[in-house]
Amino acid sequence: MSDKAELIRLERVAKTFTLHLRGRALIEVVRDVSFSVHAGECVVLAGPSGAGKSSILKMVYGNYRADGGTILVRAGGALIDIAAANPRAIIELRRTTIAYVSQFLRVIPRVATLDIVSAAAAEAGLSSEAAREQAADLLTRLHIPRQLWQLPPATFSGGEQQRVNLARGLAATRPILLLDEPTASLDAANRSVVVDLIKTRVSAGAAVIGIFHDEDVRDQLADRMVDVTRFARDRAA
Amino acid sequence: MSTTPLISVRGLGKTYGRRVGCVDVSFDLFEGEVIAVVGESGSGKSTLLGLLATEIAPTAGAVRYRKRDGTVADLFSLSEADRRYLLRTDWGFVRQDARDGLRMNVSAGGNVGERLMAVGARHYGNIRAAALDWLRRVEIDDDRIDELPTAYSGGMRQRLQIARNLVTRPRLVFMDEPTSGLDVSVQARLLDLIRGLAADLGIAAIIVTHDLAVARLLSHRIMVMRQGRVIESGLTDQVLDDPREAYTQLLVASVLAA
Repeated sequence: MSDKAELIRLERVAKTFTLHLRGRALIEVVRDVSFSVHAGECVVLAGPSGAGKSSILKMVYGNYRADGGTILVRAGGALIDIAAANPRAIIELRRTTIAYVSQFLRVIPRVATLDIVSAAAAEAGLSSEAAREQAADLLTRLHIPRQLWQLPPATFSGGEQQRVNLARGLAATRPILLLDEPTASLDAANRSVVVDLIKTRVSAGAAVIGIFHDEDVRDQLADRMVDVTRFARDRAA
Repeated sequence: MSTTPLISVRGLGKTYGRRVGCVDVSFDLFEGEVIAVVGESGSGKSTLLGLLATEIAPTAGAVRYRKRDGTVADLFSLSEADRRYLLRTDWGFVRQDARDGLRMNVSAGGNVGERLMAVGARHYGNIRAAALDWLRRVEIDDDRIDELPTAYSGGMRQRLQIARNLVTRPRLVFMDEPTSGLDVSVQARLLDLIRGLAADLGIAAIIVTHDLAVARLLSHRIMVMRQGRVIESGLTDQVLDDPREAYTQLLVASVLAA
């Protein structure tokens, strides 16, 4: 790994929620989270549900704030600490460097599936024609029937929505890919399509942090596992 | 991209005697950025919008604005001519009630054309062509161009108001609850339209809304106001998904999930 650039480095990252509506209860999710990910490497976060896997991923995306530590990300030539970056810098990072795919599709109602995916591709700088081609290619590979492309995904099945979400997340090629259970409600055939797509990105040099419930998917993709329970509060687990 | 903000707000405030409109508001906004101001009624968000649009005089603070020629001016010491130029061309203001933002006794085409004439367009054919083009962009059929806005539905009026505001290619658009009062299906269409136009034209927008879903879909950043103060601000999805302040947590927890 040492010959490949380090793209992500977390150092002593901590997250505690203060629940004001429950008498200011403090929920410490993780502390001292430290690991790094290199280009061309897929690191899988492991641990039982509630251990803080998603929270770590969301902090790397800038969706949750870190309460301590640093989250360094290499963007072009620069190192940016997401834990301290201003909103403008994070928006720029998301446009150029970091893609995030969750298991939930959140879109503006009424927008056609093909347009959603094309827009994501265009965001990273593809021409509108190239973006549409890229979108069509991904939707085809992910087995979204062509007759659904002009429809908004709101009425699609859970699995279809998840695949649209994946198409959108993968539409732009970004050097860092964060995946939160992207295969949760997919059948075996579609799971293997997704695994192939992710593998292609990794061998092209992407740094991936993933959460995969499915052991089979995990085994196929993980270059390394990070056990999140070691960052838990009591460390007993 | 310029490193000078389009608009830079520092310590802005307005008090009415002892009553507080808004206090100590500071933020920067660049081209292409959309910021949402959320809070309950009476939180000061409309006062803030009025101050920024120079409709209300502040009692504290300053707003610096980068003009088209690149020079930076203090908004509240502009000459009346400069101020009017900004209002007519460089800025747009989409009102909650379209009747406040449109001239109801002038045709739809006239409403759009009027803004162009205010900046010197004189050729009738060109003005009508530009009006038609903008009506199409907001999805209003060609054959409705000569109708009065009174004949339009609420959603169409709101789209007409957007066309009227954007025809001069403003760099900054203020929006006061642009989708409230509309049917949900119309709202979705309007949100998609606003988002697309803002992204395509690279305009900066300040949107006041009490609807967190609208803020999430349209804005990059968010400011939460309460009792005249900005109590929390940041990246929109961060503030909504990981709210820090008690009041913001209450707001987020109070949203009905559909």
